[in-house]
Amino acid sequence: MPIPSPFHERTSKLCTSYRWKDWSGYAAVCSFDTNHDREYFAFRESAGLLDVSPLFKYEVYGPDAAALLSRMMVRDVGKLKVGRVGYSCWCDDHGKVIDDGTVARLGEDYYRVTAADPTLHWLQAVGRGLRVTIEDSTARLAVVALQGPRSREILRAASDADVDRLKFFGAVRAKLDGLDVWITRTGYTGDLGYEVWTERDGALRLWDALLDAGRPHGIEPAGLDALDVSRIEAGFILLGVDYFSAPKTILETRKSTPFELGLGWIVDFERAGAPAFIGREALAAERRRGSAWALVGLEVAWEALEALYESFSLPPNLPATARRDGLPVYDDEGRQVGMVTSHTWSPILKKYIALTSVHAKWSAPGTVLQMEHTVEYERRKVPAKVAKTPFFDPERKRKP
Amino acid sequence: MSTANGRGRYDAVIVGAGHNGLVCAAYLAKAGRKVLVVERRHQVGGATTTEEIVPGFKFSCCSYVVSLLRPWIIRDLDLPRHGYEVLPLEETFTPFEDGRYLLRDADPERTKRAIAKFSPRDAEVYKQFGQRMGELGRLVKPMIDGLAPDPTARNPFELLRLAKFAKHVRGQGEEWLIGNAKMMTMSAVDFLAEWFECEQLIAPMSVSGIIGTFLGVRSPGTAYVLLHHYMGEIDGSYRAWGLPKGGTGAVAAAIAAAARELGVEIRLQAPVAQLRIRHGRATGVVLENGDEIAAKAVISGVDPHRTFLRLVGEEHLEPEFAQQVKRFKMRGSSGKVNLALDALPEFACLPGRGPHLRGDITIAPSIAYLERAYDDAKYGAFSRRPFMDIVIPSLTDPTVAPPGKHTMSIFVQYAPYKLKEGAADWPNQRDRFGDAVIDTLSEYMPNLKSRILDRQVLSPWDLEQVYGLTEGNIFHGELSLEQLAFQRPVAGWSRYRTPIHDLWMCASGTHPGGGIMGAPGALCARTMLHARAV
Repeated sequence: MPIPSPFHERTSKLCTSYRWKDWSGYAAVCSFDTNHDREYFAFRESAGLLDVSPLFKYEVYGPDAAALLSRMMVRDVGKLKVGRVGYSCWCDDHGKVIDDGTVARLGEDYYRVTAADPTLHWLQAVGRGLRVTIEDSTARLAVVALQGPRSREILRAASDADVDRLKFFGAVRAKLDGLDVWITRTGYTGDLGYEVWTERDGALRLWDALLDAGRPHGIEPAGLDALDVSRIEAGFILLGVDYFSAPKTILETRKSTPFELGLGWIVDFERAGAPAFIGREALAAERRRGSAWALVGLEVAWEALEALYESFSLPPNLPATARRDGLPVYDDEGRQVGMVTSHTWSPILKKYIALTSVHAKWSAPGTVLQMEHTVEYERRKVPAKVAKTPFFDPERKRKP
Repeated sequence: MSTANGRGRYDAVIVGAGHNGLVCAAYLAKAGRKVLVVERRHQVGGATTTEEIVPGFKFSCCSYVVSLLRPWIIRDLDLPRHGYEVLPLEETFTPFEDGRYLLRDADPERTKRAIAKFSPRDAEVYKQFGQRMGELGRLVKPMIDGLAPDPTARNPFELLRLAKFAKHVRGQGEEWLIGNAKMMTMSAVDFLAEWFECEQLIAPMSVSGIIGTFLGVRSPGTAYVLLHHYMGEIDGSYRAWGLPKGGTGAVAAAIAAAARELGVEIRLQAPVAQLRIRHGRATGVVLENGDEIAAKAVISGVDPHRTFLRLVGEEHLEPEFAQQVKRFKMRGSSGKVNLALDALPEFACLPGRGPHLRGDITIAPSIAYLERAYDDAKYGAFSRRPFMDIVIPSLTDPTVAPPGKHTMSIFVQYAPYKLKEGAADWPNQRDRFGDAVIDTLSEYMPNLKSRILDRQVLSPWDLEQVYGLTEGNIFHGELSLEQLAFQRPVAGWSRYRTPIHDLWMCASGTHPGGGIMGAPGALCARTMLHARAV
């Protein structure tokens, strides 16, 4: 049974829809209202406030903290400066991805790692013999994501942080309604946005202060349904949905490498003086050989979808929320060449989009594939074109 | 080809950069034609406009919601890439004179409970009604996405089209046909009364049948106009309405950006004095500054009256045709009041800030109220206590007002163009009209007046002066049954052609009519290209 998050006292009153789900053992709001439209548009037009406390969080302290994380991550964490955050993933010996998350360097020898799955054991295993202290801070910290074009103005009003100078993937310490907080310019919506971190005792004050400061800007509390649409538009993958953690997977074929997940850009092979990161050898071989799979975007051909429904005398009918049911994807000859792992209607792009794993051969943008689509219990196919991700990438996201 | 004529001359010049003119231009340019759009005002959009009337406050001065813009146009012109965004507008709030209220929204169960306060029976039927109207909307969709079937035509292609449409209709079964025949002839109130018993539902729903017409909710034919408002479609969802981000002007700006990218030239502050007609053929336009612009074809994006009676001139028309144009009813019946607000006003019946403020607010408390509002107009006066359709876009779109402040758009009916004292008396009555609107609304929102920073009042006369809408008709001619389909604007001339060779019409005065739909513009372009007229 899920337990309440530090913000539960506030979120439970606002969640008039009673739509909750279990997120890593915590009760998390799917959508505050019956449908998530408003919450989605808050992310894109004003600001949405989302409780992300269930994220797994670890504090890594000590003179060897950088060495530990560099060894663990495919990204060269040693290059990360104080006050910077990096996105990374980590692999097993065979270069298969275990999880992905962020690493924030909050002090000279102090890092904070976020993960989708419990990671304490892995940090401890990799850190064996190193001069580090590792703390699971998941329950100690309360975290909210404040995402959307107005989030900067809201934080400017609510905190003493110089948010105008806080760069994309920067981290800064600040006071917010008397609370000590960390503000990072990070998030999972692919928009301008921040995450605010504090001790769990301060959760309600943090929530209230942000909602108050946000009211003139149209802030809305937002749930995971709105987040799911946003993150697909942003092309962000999700553990357990778009890929599976290598140690938890029975089938070898279900495991993925960073390259196969479109995360090749963070793999840093050349590191001065540091020991090789875990999985390096396998990934170097893959780089030479080429990857078997690719994670791509798909855009469904709307006219064809409309025609398909029309043949049933129905208007096109897509699920109201983002979906995670896997759908096979075929080539023109009917051979399965991949699978859709997440799909959604994008209200801002006015397109039906999907994240899809395909054989590398079919991954070139513009390639037309056939995606399964069920109408009236009949399994049919609709054409869909391989597209670059992110589907949605506003300038404001990284703009100074 | 664009410069096939070899003289760099335009293939088409379009008069008016309203949304239809721009859509038409974009489609012609997409087919490789060289197109110039000339616009009288300093910005594109016509009545699809956002203007910063008060510093920091951006108003959709005229049209204020979207629904009808055809999805295929959005896709063809890639409008989302050019900044077209639509935000949800899901609630409909109706306060009543006895202090009660009805709030309908996207949650069917919540809406059912709200209606059940007035009639448990209607609460059950409401969803079915919505479903039926959605079906009807979908069935008439081929009509609005294509040329109007024309029973006056005799050629085999036309008969084929008619037969196809008849088959489409027959396929729906007898029950549907009877329902549709009723719909064509009944009044909005009578039609709704066949479904519902409680007036608290019928009154606010019936107003969709009169918006933009000089008719009452009990006037025959208004049931059909209801349907026009149910054809709206957002993302495949019928009956959905939305607020364009940045106001409706942003829709026009997105279309203009798409058009420009396709090579369309748009000339602002270039009012057209008249069309150049030589031997019954349109050869270009003459601007007010005397410049003459030649083009293979001239396309009018202004209303039929302005097109034929002003820009062409009666001397170039057959008397019979001129007569029919004159008979095409414009008679504007509505105005707009736009308010800049210091803070959100509150309803007496439901104080505080809530979802009821961010949707559509309808002041239509009873049928008698609406009829009395119509009575005033019949005798040449604006309604003392008018029907109002209100939105507060700043609650959903923070870009239109400074933080914490708000914009309120009030569509007001009735405000007849022809006052008893004459249309020219509007400047004298404008402020009184604005006062009547605010006084009436204050009965429901007692603290409204204290929140008003500034206001803009647009009478139908103003709509004519500023936006060139003849008699202030927001749809370029009333959307009444006898002025739709093959009769819009004149029987036999519903296909964007005119009796003047090389003169075409592309705006709301043609099939399928008004609202930010874009279909007339796109269909005009398609027809011209098909006919190799350009």
